[in-house]
Amino acid sequence: MDLPHQGYRASAKPRGRAAPSTSDSILFDDTSSAAPAMNNPVYYTPGYNMAGLSNDVQGGAVPNNMFTDPMANAALMYGSSLANQGKDIVNKEISRYMSVNKLKYFFAVDTRYVLKKLMILMFPYTHQDWEVRYHRDAPLTPRQDVNAPDLYIPTMAFITYILLAGMALGIQKRFSPEVLGLCASTALGWVIIEVLVMLLSLYLLTVHSDLSTFDLIAYSGYKYVGMIFTVLCGLLFGSDGYYVALAWSSCALMFFIVRSLKMKILPSLSSDSIGTGPSSKPQFRLYITVAIAVFQPIVIYWLTSHLVR
Amino acid sequence: MAFTLYSLIQAAILCVNAVAVLHEERFLSKIGWGVDQSVGGFGDEPGVKVQLMNLVRSVRTVMRVPLIAVNAVCIVLLLLFG
Repeated sequence: MDLPHQGYRASAKPRGRAAPSTSDSILFDDTSSAAPAMNNPVYYTPGYNMAGLSNDVQGGAVPNNMFTDPMANAALMYGSSLANQGKDIVNKEISRYMSVNKLKYFFAVDTRYVLKKLMILMFPYTHQDWEVRYHRDAPLTPRQDVNAPDLYIPTMAFITYILLAGMALGIQKRFSPEVLGLCASTALGWVIIEVLVMLLSLYLLTVHSDLSTFDLIAYSGYKYVGMIFTVLCGLLFGSDGYYVALAWSSCALMFFIVRSLKMKILPSLSSDSIGTGPSSKPQFRLYITVAIAVFQPIVIYWLTSHLVR
Repeated sequence: MAFTLYSLIQAAILCVNAVAVLHEERFLSKIGWGVDQSVGGFGDEPGVKVQLMNLVRSVRTVMRVPLIAVNAVCIVLLLLFG
C-alpha cells in the first residue's frame, strides 16, 4: 500500500532530471528512476572516480592497477560508449515497430493489483464496478485501477502454463525436451490466431473501439490463468476434478470477458453514450463479444485435454 | 493440432498469396467485388462487404513486392532442404 505513494513522490523529484519524453509522469513513475540517477555518474566514469578516490584515500599506498592505467581507462570508456550507442540503436529500431511507452503502461503493476486481478479472474461474480477509469484522457495504469488490462499476468501465466505442461507430461512419462518447445509454440500460435481474428472482425464490422492490439493480447492471455487452474485440478483430482475445474474456469472467464469487453466495445450500453460517429449495428458488437467469450473455453479444452488423460 | 513456428509462417505465406492472386478485372469485378463498386455511402457506415473489398485491395497493394521476395526465398529453401 505504501509503494504507489512512494512512487508518486519519488517521481516528482527526478522529473526535472529524467525528463520523460511524452505524457504524464503517472505512466512512468517507475521507482527505479531515483536509483539510476545516483548510479549514473558512478557507472559512466568509473575510471575517473575510482582513480580519484583511490589516490585520495590511500595516498598512493597500493593503487588499484586497473584504474590508474590510462590505457585500460580509455578502453573502459570506449567500451561503455559503444554499449550506449548499441543501446540507442536498438531502442530506435524497436520504437519504430511498437511503442515502448505503451508497452511500459501494461507492465506497471504491483502485488496488490495482481492479487486482486487473479481473484477477479477466478471469481468475477462479486465485482461491482467494471469501468476503466481515465485520468485526463489517458487510461490509468494497472497500479491505480484494477480494471485496466495488463500484460504481466498473461506473460507469467503463459510461462507457468508451459512449465506445468512439461510437468504434467513428465508425470505421465511422455516428456521430452522437444515437447516443451512444441507446447510453447502451439499456445503462442493460438494466441496469435485469436488476436488476428479479433482484430479482423473488429475492423470488418467497423467497430470503433479503443482496444489496441496490446489490449487484445492482454484479454486473450487471461485465459492462461484458467488453464493453469484447470490443469492443476486435473493433476490433483483426476479426470473428474479436471472437468469440474474446466466448467468453473470457463464460466468465470466468459463472465469476465463479457463484462470487460462490454465496456469497451458496446458504448451504447455503458453510461457514456455520446455519439461515436458512424458505427455498425449494436447486434454485431454483441455477436463479437459473445463469440470471443465462447471461444475461450474451446481453446482451454483444446490446449489442456491432452495433458490430463 | 500442434503447430510449430514454421507451420505458422507457412500458413501465413499461403494465405497472403491467396489474397494476392485475386485479379482485379478478371475476377473481382465479375463477382461484384471490384473497387469501382465500393464507392458510396460516405456518411454511413461502410458495411462488411466494402470493408472486405478494401482489405483485399490494400493487402494486394502492400504485399505485392515483398511477396515476390518471400516466395522466391521459400522456393529456394524448399528445393534445397525439402
